[in-house]
Amino acid sequence: MSPSRPARAVRSVRPGGPATRRLYATAVVAGLALAPFVLGPYAVGTLSRILVFALLAMSVNLLTGLTGLPTLGQSAYFGVGAYTAAIAATRLTDIGIFQLLIAAGVSALVAVPTGWLAVRARGVVFLMLTLAIGEIVHSAAVNWKSLTNGTDGVSGIPPVVPLPGMPALELDGLVYFYVLAVFLLLFAAVIRLGSTPFALALRGIRDNEPRMKAIGYPTRRYALTVYCGAGALAGAAGALWVSVQRFVSPGDAGFEIAALALLAVVIGGSGSMWGACAGAALVWLTRDYLGNLEAVAGRGPLLLGLLFVIAVYTLPRGLAGVRLPPQLTRKRTA
Amino acid sequence: MSGWLDGNFVSVVDGVAFGLLLFTIAVGLSLVFGMMDVLNLAHGTLYLAGAYVAYALSDGTLPGLLLALLAGALVGTMGGTALTFLTQPLARRGHLDQAVLTLGITFIVADLLAAAFGGEVLPTDPPTALRGTVDLLGHAYPVYRLVFIAVAAGLALVVYLVFERSSLGALVRATVADRDMVRALGFDIRKVLYGVFASGAALAAVGGVLGAPILGPGPGVDETVLVLSLVVVVVGGLGSVRGALAGALLIGQVQTLGVALLPEYAPFLLFGTMLAVLVVRPNGLVSSAVRT
Repeated sequence: MSPSRPARAVRSVRPGGPATRRLYATAVVAGLALAPFVLGPYAVGTLSRILVFALLAMSVNLLTGLTGLPTLGQSAYFGVGAYTAAIAATRLTDIGIFQLLIAAGVSALVAVPTGWLAVRARGVVFLMLTLAIGEIVHSAAVNWKSLTNGTDGVSGIPPVVPLPGMPALELDGLVYFYVLAVFLLLFAAVIRLGSTPFALALRGIRDNEPRMKAIGYPTRRYALTVYCGAGALAGAAGALWVSVQRFVSPGDAGFEIAALALLAVVIGGSGSMWGACAGAALVWLTRDYLGNLEAVAGRGPLLLGLLFVIAVYTLPRGLAGVRLPPQLTRKRTA
Repeated sequence: MSGWLDGNFVSVVDGVAFGLLLFTIAVGLSLVFGMMDVLNLAHGTLYLAGAYVAYALSDGTLPGLLLALLAGALVGTMGGTALTFLTQPLARRGHLDQAVLTLGITFIVADLLAAAFGGEVLPTDPPTALRGTVDLLGHAYPVYRLVFIAVAAGLALVVYLVFERSSLGALVRATVADRDMVRALGFDIRKVLYGVFASGAALAAVGGVLGAPILGPGPGVDETVLVLSLVVVVVGGLGSVRGALAGALLIGQVQTLGVALLPEYAPFLLFGTMLAVLVVRPNGLVSSAVRT
């Protein structure tokens, strides 16, 4: 490994010492926990959606930022998770934790064959394959009417019961706390994963796969493992989405969701999980709030497109890259 | 077997028509990426723009269709030139940035087109002279589709001859193989790049004009077309005209026969085909030695 390796490791976590980092983290968590007491119901709903979308962006980031596999197909596993949770909720159980587990499990199962196909490729071919996988799941959601109700979607989903014995969460504010709790758990898990040898091997694949292969790492198996893990994470996000919306339609498994999640990662600065969450918030606020303003009513897609274009020209390293001191930025080797 | 073929004859011929349509669109995507290393996710948008041109100019006459073809080619050429211009500053930054940029352009153009033409799928009729059906081996078959098959097959032949048999095509392939050498011989690399991009884009838009009566303009069509062309390119093999043709004809059959025979499972058939081809031939049906 080259001597510049430690600098790289710092870059992919976050600038600032451990103490500052802990302070930031505490402030963010406290802010998120107090938000429903200050904000109106619509804003709380938006915040719930942002948290769900941030989980999806993290799932994309596991592949794109950490492993260097650009994906436009995470909407597939998000959609599979959402439909699984919706069907489980209407026919099986209203208990949230079971819905989450079933959704994550089914999404991971779907990720096995699809990921097996996708990780045979790298770079743009991987992107094309994942895009095609996403689109195929979307058309399955439209066409497999006996299971998905086609374009009508699955409705009549009962309010979620987080754990056995707890009351059903009828109010949006309570659902928000459920989403926040799951989000924090999964966020912590993903951050923890980032410091394991497994994550280091994934970074190795991103930066120099032939070398990793030469050292003896079965790189394709590593890629498939992280692919399935990211699929499970996206599936869990899908299950949360259903708890928030109490409705699922093919649009939730669509291309726009996948494109927005990739954009969130690119805007956030690929590799940084904080960046991915910040990017997710920015993208979702643009879509939700700006799109609803009088002057630009209904022009959400136009604004989003402009955001894509501006971001790609002005933020080559994303939001996480903006704050970096210059000595830490260095050209990507990949 | 002949009974099966007889029962599904119309679907099979439809599959050929759809496959040739896919070829017309996908070959540009394949060449621009495989040869020029530019990922253009706005490719489906070029088709959509062409289809709207056809809708706007179709007045039921043959000259109307010809006018639409010319206008479509012009729109495509301008779109391709603009896209080359916009993607050039990102050439060194990699494909992810190209993907984000072209996706952004897709969103913007789709929104503008929806604002101009509304949110419905617009039925676009072929010219009066080409409506109706003819008898094809005992089956009634739409005239327009037969004409379409002839025209698209002609286009495919021209593309093949230009890129694989002419000195112009040799120049393009040489540029892919060794840019510096071609530059040293005194050719302008940028002209080659602009030329390939513009002609690929023009083909996609012309595909939109011709394909409007088959896959009409409407929101979401750009996405469908983009995904189908990506599948064609991946299945056929990047950067090869023959690969694009093979992939397009195969996917055309899978789509039309799949929808006719097993409508609920058609999406999985598409995935299954992709899986089967890539398991046997990881680089696609016709692997070009150029780039993977």
